Amino acid sequence: MFGFANKASEEKASWSARLKAGLARTRAALGGGLGALLGRRKVDEALFEELEAALLTADCGVEATQALIEGLRARARKERLEDGEALKGALKQALLELVAPLERALEAARTRPFVIMVAGVNGSGKTTSIGKLAKWLQSQGLSVLLAAGDTFRAAAREQLAAWGERNGVPVIGQAGGDPGAVVFDAIGAALARRIDVVIADTAGRLPTQLHLMEEIKKVKRVAAKALPGAPHEVLLVLDANTGQNALAQVKAFDEALGLTGIVLTKLDGTAKGGVVCAIARQRPVPLRFVGVGEGIDDLRPFAARDFVEALVD
Amino acid sequence: MLDNLTARLTRIAKTLRGEARLTESNIQDALREVRVALLEADCALPVVKDFVAAVKAYALGEEVIGSLTPGQALVGVVHRELTRLMGEANVGLDLAAQPPAVILMAGLQGSGKTTSAGKLARLIAAGKKKVLVVSCDVYRPAAIEQLKTVASQAGVDFLPSAPQDEPLEIARRALEHARTRYYDVLLVDTAGRLAIDEAMMCEIAELHAALHPAETLFVVDAMQGQDAVNVARAFSQALPLTGVILTKLDGDARGGAALSVRHVTGKPIKFVGTGEKLDGLEPFHPERMASRILGMGDIVSLVEQARRGVDEQQAQALAEKVRRGRGFDLEDFKAQIQQMKSMGGLAALVDKLPAQLTGSINPAQLHDDRQMRRIEGIINSMTAQERARPELIKASRKRRIAAGAGVPVQEVNRLLNQFEQMQKMMKQMRKGGLARMMRAMKGALPGGR
Repeated sequence: MFGFANKASEEKASWSARLKAGLARTRAALGGGLGALLGRRKVDEALFEELEAALLTADCGVEATQALIEGLRARARKERLEDGEALKGALKQALLELVAPLERALEAARTRPFVIMVAGVNGSGKTTSIGKLAKWLQSQGLSVLLAAGDTFRAAAREQLAAWGERNGVPVIGQAGGDPGAVVFDAIGAALARRIDVVIADTAGRLPTQLHLMEEIKKVKRVAAKALPGAPHEVLLVLDANTGQNALAQVKAFDEALGLTGIVLTKLDGTAKGGVVCAIARQRPVPLRFVGVGEGIDDLRPFAARDFVEALVD
Repeated sequence: MLDNLTARLTRIAKTLRGEARLTESNIQDALREVRVALLEADCALPVVKDFVAAVKAYALGEEVIGSLTPGQALVGVVHRELTRLMGEANVGLDLAAQPPAVILMAGLQGSGKTTSAGKLARLIAAGKKKVLVVSCDVYRPAAIEQLKTVASQAGVDFLPSAPQDEPLEIARRALEHARTRYYDVLLVDTAGRLAIDEAMMCEIAELHAALHPAETLFVVDAMQGQDAVNVARAFSQALPLTGVILTKLDGDARGGAALSVRHVTGKPIKFVGTGEKLDGLEPFHPERMASRILGMGDIVSLVEQARRGVDEQQAQALAEKVRRGRGFDLEDFKAQIQQMKSMGGLAALVDKLPAQLTGSINPAQLHDDRQMRRIEGIINSMTAQERARPELIKASRKRRIAAGAGVPVQEVNRLLNQFEQMQKMMKQMRKGGLARMMRAMKGALPGGR
């Protein structure tokens, strides 16, 4: 019921524990501080203000924070919530309602080859996420092929090749080639070798670099030429450390490519994750995976309830 | 960069300019706008609170009395406080140590350490120093390979290391190597690490102890959120940082990290990184940055960038023309396009112009390199006389130019329109848009009266 029903309960526990550990600082700002606050205090204006500050500090953004606080305020009035404990329940519920629609699993087995295109800004963790994603797909019994579409950054191809070697996954790439050509070749190779999933890496780019945004649109078009219907999934890799610019990134990449999912990486650092709330409000693209560690197994499907629990408790 | 903040503060200044005097209540609205704008720019909440309180104290205090208009006074206070928050003046690298002077790079994963290391190495090498770079990143696949490529692009020496080596061993070996071969500067790249990862923070503290760096630079992503404060604090507690490099500043609408990192670490931001090309590293100027946030543009920085990218004389002439808005003809327009190409595109330049001017420019047009080439082609098809006096160009000349450049006549019209707009913009600036703002600024500052 928490999104990992099919996993062993032991594994689920360790996963939740890790997510919780990863969000420890956020909790210190949000839950920890609030837990102490909410338990004892009466519901008054000062409490709402502190709540607002806590949400802002967790990168929820001004707009989402104000909406959450307004909603909470209205509910407190209507239902006469008087103690902090009840308010905490209401906050959890509001957060869950907000982020639950983002929880939609990736169905990579519905066609073959299933082409996944991965995009994102520089340093968000695209290549690392692809390595982890390949491992996860293999654990689902699918064969994977990687396309080294980052032909720009120094040693990006080598980095992907190293991940491929670790997982025993073939990597298609060429030095300094055209990213579209690499993806085209990779899809051709996947068709020939009857491989289930192709994951195409792309070079990091900022949405302000319009010529690079045009380039990535072309990569998508080329994929469709190699295989009608491809790419079946366009993932944006977001660094959880990013502030409100994450929203601008989602909007810009969505407009350019039509995103079908997001991967939120580096959630194992300190205070963060709140930006998910802002995304849920303004551009609800499904959050497919979250990365909570450096290990190859530390990429898991997003589970809204776990996320909210970890955030508030 | 910082577009939203600029637009917002410009708007606040405008509404305040309409007011007769500065009162407790109308300043309250403006301050709330400042607060929201800063929060949306990811400036850390505690820093925002301090900032707003300081601005309020000054604005309601004596210092405002006697200045020209209250609106200008508030903009002045905001400007000064922004500058103060980001550090008073630009601080350069201090490599005055017994050679080899060691530079240690530290930061989160993906903040841009390796790219910045390459840019920095190039910059130092350009100052006639012998530079050696080495990577202690034995964790991320191909990180060493990346530095090697970047180093060769930068034209500096690279000391190979291998993923099975110990970072501390690599550092010692590099130091020895640099010492015996008389390198001036040793630049040490490290793996990205989380501030809460104790083992990794220990490792970099050990590296620091072994290397005795002259500069320990904290690399931070300009897009980072509220957490920038915590990360910066943790790093500055683990390491005696000497400065900060702010990367990816060419992204959009962010820069709050610039405002808060300095406040929290107490260390100066020494450089800002823009773009992935190796010349995308500039000294950080707090004063200019504050001006830019306030929509005053950044002519000085523009000239400096031009100086490095193109012939200095040409750049000065251009800056002079920009300032005067006189004698700007199509020949200059073409020269500008060529200069822009060597300076990382029009977008980088537009970024430095005042906000009210950039609003009229369509960003999609700017980025299209093909169109730039086309414009160049059209201008090339004009005679020298036509270039100097575009008003000569009428229907039949237009047809000839269009045929010569292989474009439809409409394209020629569009170019002439654009050129005319640009000329107008420059005239506006000459008419004191800029100068008046500067004067107003001075009037608002206590020292300037």
